[in-house]
Amino acid sequence: MSSGVAVDLENITIRFGDFTAVKDANVNINGGDFFSFLGPSGCGKTTILRAVSGFLDPSEGRVLIGGKDMAGIGPNKRPTALIFQNLALFPLMKVWENIAFSMEVAGASAGERRKRADELLDMIALGGQGDKLPSELSGGQKQRVAIARALCANPDVLLLDEPLSALDLKLRQHMRTELREIQKRVGITFIYITHDQGEALTMSDNVAVMKAGVIEQIDTGHHIYDDPSTPFVASFVGENNVFRGKVKSINGANAVISTNRSGDLLSRITPAQVGKMQVGDDAMMFIRPEALELAPTDAASETTITANVMNEEFEGNSFSVFLEGDGGKMIKMSVPNLGQDHISARGENLSLRYDASNAVAMPAGELASE
Amino acid sequence: MSSANLIRVALGAYLLIFFSYLLGPLVVMSLTAFNSASFPAVSPWACFSYEWFEVLFNDKHIRDGIYYSVVIGIGTVILSVSMGLAASIVLTQVWPKLRSTYYTMIIAPILIPGVVLGISTLVFWDRVGAFLGVSDGSLLHGLFHNGIFLTILGQSTFIASYTMLVFVARLQRFDTDLTEAALDLGATHTQAFRKVLLPFMRPAIASASVLAFLASFENYNTTTFTILEYKTLTTVLAQKVRLGINPSISSLAFIIIVLTIFAALAFEAANRNKDRKLAAAQGRGVTQKSGILPSFLTGNPAAVVLVLLAFMVIVMVGTAQRYSPEACKIAVREAKQIEIQKRIDALKETRRQKEDAKAAQQPSNAAPATPNNSSAFGNVFAPGNLSGDAPEQKVDEPEPQSGTGAFGNVFAPDNLSSD
Repeated sequence: MSSGVAVDLENITIRFGDFTAVKDANVNINGGDFFSFLGPSGCGKTTILRAVSGFLDPSEGRVLIGGKDMAGIGPNKRPTALIFQNLALFPLMKVWENIAFSMEVAGASAGERRKRADELLDMIALGGQGDKLPSELSGGQKQRVAIARALCANPDVLLLDEPLSALDLKLRQHMRTELREIQKRVGITFIYITHDQGEALTMSDNVAVMKAGVIEQIDTGHHIYDDPSTPFVASFVGENNVFRGKVKSINGANAVISTNRSGDLLSRITPAQVGKMQVGDDAMMFIRPEALELAPTDAASETTITANVMNEEFEGNSFSVFLEGDGGKMIKMSVPNLGQDHISARGENLSLRYDASNAVAMPAGELASE
Repeated sequence: MSSANLIRVALGAYLLIFFSYLLGPLVVMSLTAFNSASFPAVSPWACFSYEWFEVLFNDKHIRDGIYYSVVIGIGTVILSVSMGLAASIVLTQVWPKLRSTYYTMIIAPILIPGVVLGISTLVFWDRVGAFLGVSDGSLLHGLFHNGIFLTILGQSTFIASYTMLVFVARLQRFDTDLTEAALDLGATHTQAFRKVLLPFMRPAIASASVLAFLASFENYNTTTFTILEYKTLTTVLAQKVRLGINPSISSLAFIIIVLTIFAALAFEAANRNKDRKLAAAQGRGVTQKSGILPSFLTGNPAAVVLVLLAFMVIVMVGTAQRYSPEACKIAVREAKQIEIQKRIDALKETRRQKEDAKAAQQPSNAAPATPNNSSAFGNVFAPGNLSGDAPEQKVDEPEPQSGTGAFGNVFAPDNLSSD
């Protein structure tokens, strides 16, 4: 198997008429990485993928695969293989013919093709199913055939365009693990497009979060979740409670934000913004629901929030408590289910506590829409 | 009778009328093919006979017509299917704002009368020849004035539009991701077309070919202008209708109907077979052969009728080897002669009675010069007329060259030379 090949996007801008789908994207993907582009639909992530696979040329900038400029090289000449969102298996060909299509167009004999297809079928645990038509397979099986077909072309880079979106939840979770395993086994670079943060976080070495054609942050899954560099990333990846306000004071990597509704709150500044925030700036502070806990009623400090309970929901493994928050948004607190009947009563005034290291502050900006 | 029953009866009656309207002419036409009478007719049934099939097979004009119709049909299929396929693919690729204009342009030939297409094809290629300066007798000149070449081009101008409609309908269901997937896997554009798009289009190509062939085969109004010295079945038939028709045309129609039925049967059987295989492959609906009938017949009365018809045809073809209508024909002829003889006798009798009465009355009472005749056509069609054994009948026939014809003999060939 070929080892991973690096993919570099240098100042890529892609325009369709007046519309700019991707704006000045710079991404360096290491060889052998599982790299994800995460963003809401319409953010330009598929456009980037199409630029890498060669179906469209960037208006500006360069795509480099293994350090080689891909300008003017068509999709059939690039060392990439794309797995389509709808899989795009050839409906009139048998499964093995589908898998060995790349060898067929390269002129391999039927015997060779069949042999290679059977090897790949064994790898994806579909041995003996080669003579079926794609329509006779289940969703998950089709999925694996599509992967085998792409791998059969021996690509240096495998591109996946939301390949799991059509599957049901159980299968999706299973395929996540499987994809990750396949990637480790073949060792080539995977570029994965998704709007599902769960997929991005579980599978990827690195994630690029995109918003409206702009890459907001490129980081490991952990950092994306814990140290979001913009309000969009903070609110798009996972659930988050937002507190708006102004910077009251800054102490190194920590800041006190005087929030509109919950008084002065202490938070650390997200790493990317340390040293860039000024006292008096508009700021946003984020605390995850699981970082909040009930505080003793008399506690009053810069890490306590007091609010009225609006609603409570039982979610099985946890309780979600919704409290009256800032700007019409509710504050959500997640409490593990340890056998309690309930956490709070409607209308009750609760004090919540958090650890300042679990709160991140950053300059105010646009949030992800619900 | 309840209203539900009434509705059922009305529906049945309606269906009966509808199908008689639809199929009645075909049935009547088929029957006339087997009547030995020399004009396509059912009601004075003479003899059951296969002679018109023989006449048909011995008719060189019809044979030539069929041959050229098939040749032109094949040419038109090849040309119009490739043009239609190309046009439909362009339609899916062309810039969206241009699409409707392009579509209208491509579809326009359907709306233009065939006559216009025929004349313009003729004129256009003549002009092309003149423009290129091809000389008389050169290969290109021969081509531009060749009826087969011109007819194929003329018919394809509008048949290509039909085929394009078929292709567009199929293409709309094509997932363009498949082409991209093929390209992505290293296929060239040609390979992607040949290995992915073309197999997908195959059913549409088949139906477009059938459509194109039938449209070409039955076309008259374009062909009649472009065919020049050649002839197709339609032009031969048109000529025949003008010059006098006989039941060999019915027998041709019968053959076409039978071929259609067989084709339909074969197609249906193949389809059902495929469905069954597919169902078996997917492990659902285990098919069991019920009784003696093949499974596609059960619960399909139309198929049963078709099989019966097919069986009838086989029986007929079988008996045609032995059956001879001569005995019947002689019998019919004799019956006719006896009939005629009877009429003649009756006529003689009445005349004799009249003469007797005249003789008995005043001779000044002028009798009509021509003898009265009971038949509307004055028995001119009676087979015995010309045989000479009934001289009395000849009185009815107009005197040749008497100058009393409908047009006063203005068309007589010697009219102009005489003065």
